Amino acid sequence: MRGGMGKGIHFSKLYTFSCFRSKFEDEHGQLGQRGYSRIVFCNDPDNPEAVQLKYRGNYVSTTKYTALNFIPKSLFEQFRRVANLYFLVVACVSFSPLAPYTAVSVLAPLLMVIGATMAKEGVEDWRRRKQDIEANNRKVEVYGKNHVFNETRWKNLRVGDLVKIYKDEYFPADLLLLSSSYEDGICYVETMNLDGETNLKLKHALDETASLRDVRSFQNFKSTIKCEDPNEHLYSFVGTLYYGGQHHPLSLQQILLRDSKLRNTDYIYGVVVFTGHDTKVMQNATDPPSKRSRIERRMDKIIYILFSTLILISLTGSMFFGVDTKNDIRGGELKRWYLRPDKTTVFFDPKRASLAAFFHFLTGLMLYGYLIPISLYVSIEVVKVLQSIFINQDRDMYYEETDKPARARTSDLNEELGQVDTILSDKTGTLTCNSMEFVKCSIAGVAYGRGMTEVERALAKRKRSRPHEVTDSSSDLPECNDHVVDSGKPVKGFNFRDERVTNGNWVNEPHSDLIQKFFRVLAICHTAIPDVRKESGEISYEAESPDEAAFVIAARELGFEFFERTQTSISLHELDHESGRKVNRSYTLLHVLEFSSARKRMSVIVKNAENQLLLLCKGADSVMFERLSKDGRLFLAKTMDHLNKYAEAGLRTLVVAYRELSEQEYKSWEEEFLPAKTSVSAARDALIDAACDKIERDLILLGVTAVEDKLQKGVPECIDKLSKAGIKIWVLTGDKMETAINIGHACSLLTKGMKQIVITLDSPDISDLEKQGDKEAIQKASRESIAKQIGEAKAQIIARKESSVTFGLIIDGMSLDFALTKSLESSFLEVAVNCASVICCRSSPKQKARVTKLVKVGTGKTTLAIGDGANDVGMLQEADIGVGISGVEGMQAVMSSDFAIAQFRFLERLLLVHGHWCYRRITMMICYFFYKNITFGFTLFWFEAHASFSGQPAYNDWYMSFYNVFFTSLPVIALGVFDQDVSARLCLKHPLLYQEGVQNILFTWHRILSWMLNGVISSMIIFFFITNSIVNQAFRRDGHLVDYEVLGVTMYTCVVWAVNCQMALSINYFTWIQHFFIWGSIAFWYTFLVIYGALPLKVSTTAYQVFVEACAPSPFYWLATLLVVVSTLLPYFAYRSFQTRFKPMYHDIIQRRRSEGSEAEVSAELPVRVKEKIDHLKERLKHRES
Amino acid sequence: SRFTQQELPAWKPILTPGWVIAVFVLIGITFIPIGLASLFASERVVEIVDRYDDGCFFLNTNQSLLLDYIRNPKSNKTCTRSLTSPLFSVLSNLTTFIFQVPKKMRSPIYIYYQLGNFYQNHRRYVKSRSDKQLRSRKGEDEIKDCQPIARSGEKPIVPCGLIAWSLFNDTYAFSSKNKALTVDKKDIAWKSDKEHKFGSDVYPKNFQSDGLIGGGKLNHSIPLSEQEDLMVWMRTAALPTFRKLYGKITVDLEANEAITVVIQNNYNTYEFGGEKKLVLSTTSWIGGKNNFLGIAYLCVGGICLFLAINFILMYIFRP
Repeated sequence: MRGGMGKGIHFSKLYTFSCFRSKFEDEHGQLGQRGYSRIVFCNDPDNPEAVQLKYRGNYVSTTKYTALNFIPKSLFEQFRRVANLYFLVVACVSFSPLAPYTAVSVLAPLLMVIGATMAKEGVEDWRRRKQDIEANNRKVEVYGKNHVFNETRWKNLRVGDLVKIYKDEYFPADLLLLSSSYEDGICYVETMNLDGETNLKLKHALDETASLRDVRSFQNFKSTIKCEDPNEHLYSFVGTLYYGGQHHPLSLQQILLRDSKLRNTDYIYGVVVFTGHDTKVMQNATDPPSKRSRIERRMDKIIYILFSTLILISLTGSMFFGVDTKNDIRGGELKRWYLRPDKTTVFFDPKRASLAAFFHFLTGLMLYGYLIPISLYVSIEVVKVLQSIFINQDRDMYYEETDKPARARTSDLNEELGQVDTILSDKTGTLTCNSMEFVKCSIAGVAYGRGMTEVERALAKRKRSRPHEVTDSSSDLPECNDHVVDSGKPVKGFNFRDERVTNGNWVNEPHSDLIQKFFRVLAICHTAIPDVRKESGEISYEAESPDEAAFVIAARELGFEFFERTQTSISLHELDHESGRKVNRSYTLLHVLEFSSARKRMSVIVKNAENQLLLLCKGADSVMFERLSKDGRLFLAKTMDHLNKYAEAGLRTLVVAYRELSEQEYKSWEEEFLPAKTSVSAARDALIDAACDKIERDLILLGVTAVEDKLQKGVPECIDKLSKAGIKIWVLTGDKMETAINIGHACSLLTKGMKQIVITLDSPDISDLEKQGDKEAIQKASRESIAKQIGEAKAQIIARKESSVTFGLIIDGMSLDFALTKSLESSFLEVAVNCASVICCRSSPKQKARVTKLVKVGTGKTTLAIGDGANDVGMLQEADIGVGISGVEGMQAVMSSDFAIAQFRFLERLLLVHGHWCYRRITMMICYFFYKNITFGFTLFWFEAHASFSGQPAYNDWYMSFYNVFFTSLPVIALGVFDQDVSARLCLKHPLLYQEGVQNILFTWHRILSWMLNGVISSMIIFFFITNSIVNQAFRRDGHLVDYEVLGVTMYTCVVWAVNCQMALSINYFTWIQHFFIWGSIAFWYTFLVIYGALPLKVSTTAYQVFVEACAPSPFYWLATLLVVVSTLLPYFAYRSFQTRFKPMYHDIIQRRRSEGSEAEVSAELPVRVKEKIDHLKERLKHRES
Repeated sequence: SRFTQQELPAWKPILTPGWVIAVFVLIGITFIPIGLASLFASERVVEIVDRYDDGCFFLNTNQSLLLDYIRNPKSNKTCTRSLTSPLFSVLSNLTTFIFQVPKKMRSPIYIYYQLGNFYQNHRRYVKSRSDKQLRSRKGEDEIKDCQPIARSGEKPIVPCGLIAWSLFNDTYAFSSKNKALTVDKKDIAWKSDKEHKFGSDVYPKNFQSDGLIGGGKLNHSIPLSEQEDLMVWMRTAALPTFRKLYGKITVDLEANEAITVVIQNNYNTYEFGGEKKLVLSTTSWIGGKNNFLGIAYLCVGGICLFLAINFILMYIFRP
């Protein structure tokens, strides 16, 4: 639409009621009804009627909580978690006499845990609030009662206010554009914050209001807007303006949305229509879909197991308790008279033993509640946030050129990164830079441009290397990436080298007139806006797409410098054909026939200085060639030849053509076109298309442009690494099949040893059918053809199963449609998962999402989708993990992603290093968490068994409540945040290590249950060793005996030592942090004992002086600790030492190699054992797939 | 920085064969001497244990008669026992009155009583006390935790609660060669109990004054801070079989020295079938007599050495 307004052809003047009444009724007839009831009194917000409507103010609050509801709401959020709810119930019941320990000691850790989470929520919300405050207090000029514009704050804006916005300011609310600094009431806006598109969009005011450009003219300005109610549709608006006694329909063209920015326009006037939360952008704000990682889902199951264990042991306990209690009175005799069973409460009443047993069951649930790690959720959350910080801070994933670090937008999926089985990748902008470079062109049948593309180089290399195997492809790549043009400084977007054309030499070429026309088309036929730097006179362009920018730049570099665009004209500095001097030429811009994905072409109609009417057109070959006139096909054969070559070289091609129009032809066409353009209905696009179609024909071919979308740096290496890690990579692209295959080769997705399976509908019989035009026959034939091809592919794969041949599957969009139908879906998937890489070309965004879903659901494995554009959003949200590339194509993909990185190659580090680490850390952390709580919980149970299951805990209340919070939590967090099995460098060096996550080796049920069993064993060792060695005899020289308290302290000491040392044993990465936390926790236990014991009796109760007076002076205490701790660690240590040596896991092997210090050897040749292991892993991989 | 890149200098130990063997051997060679030392220390302790609950009454007699007897405060419960060590238990004979000390016992010789099947760690029992009341006179009315032994009539009981109420009240009197051995009952309680937990201004009140009489009575004129038997008793035991310190004999007992002990067998453990034992024991640096620790040390050390050998063998045969 940009620039589409001729001076004389004012959009709104053409609008009459008579012509469009029916349509008007149609669309706008709903006004005043439900959903379309908003009434805005322009420039009259104090109107009593307006006040009555009570529209919301412009105050915006994006916070989750307010000061008032923070406590209840966040508490509610907290207790939606089952575990937390359990603990709350426990805390409540603990105030009753059922509780085995004091209520405070239960409540304190719960409060702490909840408090921590709430604090986190609070801080996050506070940040949001600060942003809100900033936004709410921005200044804006509002037309006041005194008839001048006064400054006010955003939050004070009301519906109906008249505001003035200056250049580069944000719009404070959704505004109706009344007029701008331009005469015809247009303005440019940037909608970066809305949809991420960086290009400028044109808005124009109604003609009736466009003249209101003077402050004085507003004095009597009164009008009414009736429009739709607030909604979230960014791309529609229905309303009318009642002004000057007439109704004027309004469309999105007059609406300026909040959070977009005024550009290239000095100022505008507007009326506030939607304020605050009614604005479209605020209505649009939704939370991204929440995804949960597999690990967490399994963790829930473990929690259920623990809950069942808890219930089981509580039941056992209460049964024994019931029996014991019942026996307290037998035949009227008091048995355990010291308990006074004759004079008791219901909880211990022998006469109501079953009731007592039931209550005891509740007590047991509380007592053994330590089996459920209260702090697990919180710890995991903390750990994940810290992990995300590390991901965000990683210098190796920071892209300096755009100043973009990696960003974990959610911290819930960190460990999922370590389990990715299939990557689904977009091509443009993801594998490639999406910064186009003009490298070649073919004009009048002559190919120009000597540059060599990366794909060509890859192809050449492939040919070259075929005889002698080249092992390492990375060594000679840096040289390939050297794109610097030899002469002069490199120009971004321009890599065209051909002395025949550059420096004005084209004048001497045979078809110089065509060359001139060719570059004129490039310089004129576009929608870019020039930006002239005042100081240097340099011109840069803001274009809608990078292709377009490349064309304009190419034209500039070759002497057709586009330097000015007005609403009605385009001006060039042109090299004069004869004189060789630069002259200014101006073209009157009559119409822009815009690009759309359906049309696949764009045209402009201009009138040049000689009053010639020209239609300049560029578009995709498929639509352009059929539109050439008979005379225009002069170079068709040669051009097509070049075009195919370019496509093979992985270049994006566009055909350039033009035609001359006669005045009469233009006039008659325009009569048809203008109504179509100004119509306001759903059919508008179709009407415009039809009109355009009428004039975009009989074109004369000029040539073909070829633009290279360079592969991003490091993409081939990255893909190579990822596939070595056993990750399957699917590329879903909109490109042509040839381009896609070539790109596949260039980025080592398809390798030379690979057998390619191509599924396509591009076969002779089907094209025959297409010519006949029988749609059903085509459908049927296509389906059969696809089914057959899939069947063949399957047979092929089965046939070669035993050999080491890998397959690459290439399928095009049409075929994909059929392959994704219900009947073929499963067999297609079967073929696809057996291929190392899959390329789907010509696929639409919807297909991308469908394929993603198919893979996710069909294989049940973790999928990762990576993309950069709005067309990838569906895919990103569908996949288990969505990774957005924060590249050129705006922010939309990033906004809907879970992780954002700046370059594809960072994916390698994100997955192989961070993913692997996070996976390992979280799984270890969870296993360990259960271990430590089971160890602790079961000592309580064993003690119960010796206390007639009465529910008396073995330890002092506060020891217990601090267990999860102080004595054992920090080392786990350190484990979760800092542990590494192998360093980042080795992770990258041995990509196969990644399979540990994909196959979920570290979180198998076997492993989880082993850890739990280890916990049970530890608890048994602790309890039975201690009780047997210490209990009856004196434990000190002075003849003193162990009482309840000393036993508790001794056991507890052992537990603290054991779980912390177990931690030290199970990690093998000690920085000062680990040392500090692990040994610090143990030291803290002793410190706590001393301090707590020294507190007045009222506080310390039974723990008073127990360590200083009783335990510490006893050598027995220390000896027993040593014995028990070593014994508890022994099973695990023995297992580990034998396992690492004789049945090592992959990371063990790598660790060993590292410690043996034979780095050079590792890289040179893998030792036999490692090789075997790798083969074994590969084997497993294959088995798994089949 | 190196921190954010997660490249902090780190110690990355891994389980190389060298380390594994070294650790196993190290544990082995430190544990075995420790085990031997503690076993030796434990062996040096001389301990005489005598179960007297069945000896002082003939268990064959009718159970209900027995209970009547023990419940009756007026019945004579004096019981005379000879003490022998387990080593000589074959020789022990109730009727022959051979009192023998197996080995020379150096002073101090600790006197313990041991109760079996007595759940001092029962939740109802453990909680039934009032620390505030014990600590100072001001807390006299703090008896809400003491149910069901809180009040006698309307007056609060001091010390209240089940623990105090069930105070152990057997007494022992020792004599050797017809000469009475004095039993030192000072300093049998923890120092902190005497100084902080039990107040010197708190005197027993209304204790065991009516209703069912549980265990022993207290002298109402002595403050709690000097009632060491009560303090010992109120340090509840961890397990259902437990010993408590009764007193000390501060003279050496020679080997084969005959000792006569006169027991006032007052305490009723017959209701719940609990054993009662009298224990005389010396101590060493490790405490009393218990071989478990030493043996456990020896076993763990032995297992480690065994594992080390296994590991070496496997390493040789299956490198």
